[in-house]
Amino acid sequence: MDLRFGDSKPTDDEREAVDALLGAPESSWEGADRSDADLRWSRGGREARDLLLPALHAVNDRVGWISEGALDYVCRRLTIPPAEAYGVATFYAMFSVRPRPATVLHVCTDLACTAAGAGELCAAVEARLGPENGVKVERSPCLGLCERAPAALAIRAGETARPAFEDEAVQAVGGSGGAAPGDDGGTSRSSEAESGGGRGRRGRNTHHATAVCAPANPAAAARAATAPETAPAEPSPEAAVPQAGDPALTLLHRIGTTDPASLDDYRAHGGYTALRRAFALGPAGVIREVTDAGLVGRGGAAFPTGRKWQATAAQPDHPHHLVCNADESEPGTFKDRVLMEGDPYALVEAMTVAAYATGAHKGYLYLRGEYPRALDRLTHAIVQARARGLLGDDVMGQGYAFDIEIRRGAGAYVCGEETALFNSIEGHRGEPRSKPPFPVEKGLFGKPTVANNVETLVNVLPVLTMGAQAYAAIGTPGSPGPKLFCVSGSVTRPGVYELPFGATLGELLTLAGVRDGLRAVLLGGAAGGFVRPDELDIPLTFEGTREAGTTLGSGVVMAFDDTIRLPRLLLRIAEFFRDESCGQCVPCRVGTVRQEEALHRIAERTGAAAAGDIALLREVGRAMRDASICGLGQTAWNAVESAIDRLGAYE
Amino acid sequence: MTAIPLGVPRRLVEFTLDGQQARVPEGSTLLDACRAAGKEVPTLCEGDTLTPKNACRVCVVEVEGARTLAPACSRRAEPGMVVRTETERARHSRKVVLELLASSVDLSTTPAVAAWLKEYEAEPDRFGPDAARVDEEPRIDNDLYVRDYGKCILCYKCVDACGDQWQNTFAISVSGRGFDARISVEHDAPLTDSACVYCGNCIEVCPTGALSFKSEFDMRAAGTWDEERQTETTTVCAYCGVGCNLTLHVQDNEIVKVTSPHDNPVTHGNLCIKGRFGYQHVQNRD
Repeated sequence: MDLRFGDSKPTDDEREAVDALLGAPESSWEGADRSDADLRWSRGGREARDLLLPALHAVNDRVGWISEGALDYVCRRLTIPPAEAYGVATFYAMFSVRPRPATVLHVCTDLACTAAGAGELCAAVEARLGPENGVKVERSPCLGLCERAPAALAIRAGETARPAFEDEAVQAVGGSGGAAPGDDGGTSRSSEAESGGGRGRRGRNTHHATAVCAPANPAAAARAATAPETAPAEPSPEAAVPQAGDPALTLLHRIGTTDPASLDDYRAHGGYTALRRAFALGPAGVIREVTDAGLVGRGGAAFPTGRKWQATAAQPDHPHHLVCNADESEPGTFKDRVLMEGDPYALVEAMTVAAYATGAHKGYLYLRGEYPRALDRLTHAIVQARARGLLGDDVMGQGYAFDIEIRRGAGAYVCGEETALFNSIEGHRGEPRSKPPFPVEKGLFGKPTVANNVETLVNVLPVLTMGAQAYAAIGTPGSPGPKLFCVSGSVTRPGVYELPFGATLGELLTLAGVRDGLRAVLLGGAAGGFVRPDELDIPLTFEGTREAGTTLGSGVVMAFDDTIRLPRLLLRIAEFFRDESCGQCVPCRVGTVRQEEALHRIAERTGAAAAGDIALLREVGRAMRDASICGLGQTAWNAVESAIDRLGAYE
Repeated sequence: MTAIPLGVPRRLVEFTLDGQQARVPEGSTLLDACRAAGKEVPTLCEGDTLTPKNACRVCVVEVEGARTLAPACSRRAEPGMVVRTETERARHSRKVVLELLASSVDLSTTPAVAAWLKEYEAEPDRFGPDAARVDEEPRIDNDLYVRDYGKCILCYKCVDACGDQWQNTFAISVSGRGFDARISVEHDAPLTDSACVYCGNCIEVCPTGALSFKSEFDMRAAGTWDEERQTETTTVCAYCGVGCNLTLHVQDNEIVKVTSPHDNPVTHGNLCIKGRFGYQHVQNRD
């Protein structure tokens, strides 16, 4: 490619951050200083467009924003047109192409957190920090910490510390350096609180650090923002699982009973029996089990997993890819985070099974950028599994090669849509593609791809250990298996609950200790719908919710009491979709703006005064649902419509 | 004589279009089928020389059994498909999409849109006087063409024409997200600091006049642009041996802009800076 680059140069820090990820440049064609040899031989440079997002992360992690010089250097290294890289960098909410303080404090102002006082929290933190404080406070969409609302996440840019566990892993493979940085295939990693390191060149601690602060108060959030490395540790993952320790649990049984950092402990608690059985069954046998078990996708679309696997496995085009969608961003959803933080090896094992069944040798784990602890846990788990021969060229000595690469998202809800996620991994803007062709035929890098949600994959383990029949006996015929629900809002015991499909909404809410004065329950998140307190007998199954005219979605169950101001809540949902629309298609790009404007106009109105705008909302909503490219635009009107029709929000 | 490659004979696909049996070669889109059947379906982001991006969504039609509407420009005809183009549902979406566009950008130089707004009874004003608009000043940073993003519908055609579909210059991309998304060069710099080679192939494909010749922009500003008084003469570019076709748009004996026929089997409407903008010597009468 004949590309034109500007004259801006990267700073030493920026160059170092990019080189740490990509290695030193080999020639001036790749960004090094020009030598005589470069003038004699043209070397095209490598075309590794898919490393663009990791490279942008590397720069952002180090300096906190992406300068012209840094972007140009990344483009030279990867042979990417600067205009396109600029388009990618400006697509993600976690990146900035303008200078900003090294620390960004993301304060969640989404549904559960706003109900828990996020608005006041934001104002108080800003007041406490003052204007010139080296911290940028950003109002953020849902951080996936709803069980501990209100939540804040501090991210400070700086040098990346080498996580302690890497040294362990090196020792585990005999000290030969088998797990050098970069072995995880180009994901720059954040390190939590490596305190006292002080490796910064300027004689002070300039390490990249993150701190999760939830439930947050102004003092704690301000402390986390000013010194993320010394912030108090997060509660352990089982704190988010009120049922932890219950022997009846299938998906959550290791959370709280098994050390998430220990592979031995994982194996002692039933780990890797599913993969062993998979190897015994063979790929076709695994697909048969998953199909017979009736497993359907848990990400929201409820597509039969066995059918998806079969369709991919049967594709003659190779290589096949596996993608785990861990870009959990639906407001109110945090089950995947809890699974990844509390039982990371389960996901590694499940991905191995899925890849084996569908003939993939490479798995991409696309992880939400706002989940630092899940990133650490999974990075650790992958390194350990690799060291023990559970990933790599010869998995379990079975002659089957498989490895997992983590790719970090950077703040874009739309990247949870599978084809947008592929574009994001490939280094393009995270815009959904039009289907057909479907991913099983042309997915990641244009090759047959299986994309599954974290919870879906983790369900494959009990399918194999219990057998398809026993698994299918759980739940209902239409929705077999156990299901995770993310309960938050007006309940005394918020968290992730595991129930067999078929339990009623009322049973779940009773279990979570629903408070008095229930006004509404949001099912399925911002893309879902509201139900009334007199509809608690809705069975929590795909068919049951469909029959009741609502949706199970990703398993969000958010309770709101009668102190909630519905119009305000709906406005927040509309703001969310307006912010998160990728802008590709007109119904969503402009429709979400018009929806928000109309909801603004009627925020204080009811009855006839609101009727005109409600009619307008219906018309725009219908066009968004019918004509948008992807699920984001198609569902952007769902919650608002249900609030108008079921709750009488403006009556 | 131009040899037109006929290619391998293609199988015909049979399906139902508005109750009539339709037969189109395999691989045809629903839009191809509609046009072959003489049906008018509005389109904005579809371009005869580009792969459909299906971003504008004005061409949606109803496909039986599908949960959502399908963009006619990119959905391929499949055997046995039942397609309806004029249902209330499809017309509703087209109407709302036209309203959303007309209420957010200036469509005054978009051909045919006024007729569609009328046909679909679109009322862009109903979103109220405070409806957000893409209010951008025209960017005049070079002598050849003007970027007026207040007229841009983000159809991606210019990006595709500049990128791997034709020019391979990659000077522009979409930046930002959602309603704030804009076509832009790196770092939102002036065009003169970008990779732009001024071939003008982006102007050739722009459906709304957001990209226009400086000459056209100035004449419109002065109120002297009058297409009724213009003649179009297709000739051959004299600069090099490729022999691209040029269509000279002449008003009052002055060349006011240059386009190129899209059906030229070699160039498909693409030109370089010389063919597109290098016409001043023709009208130098001294």
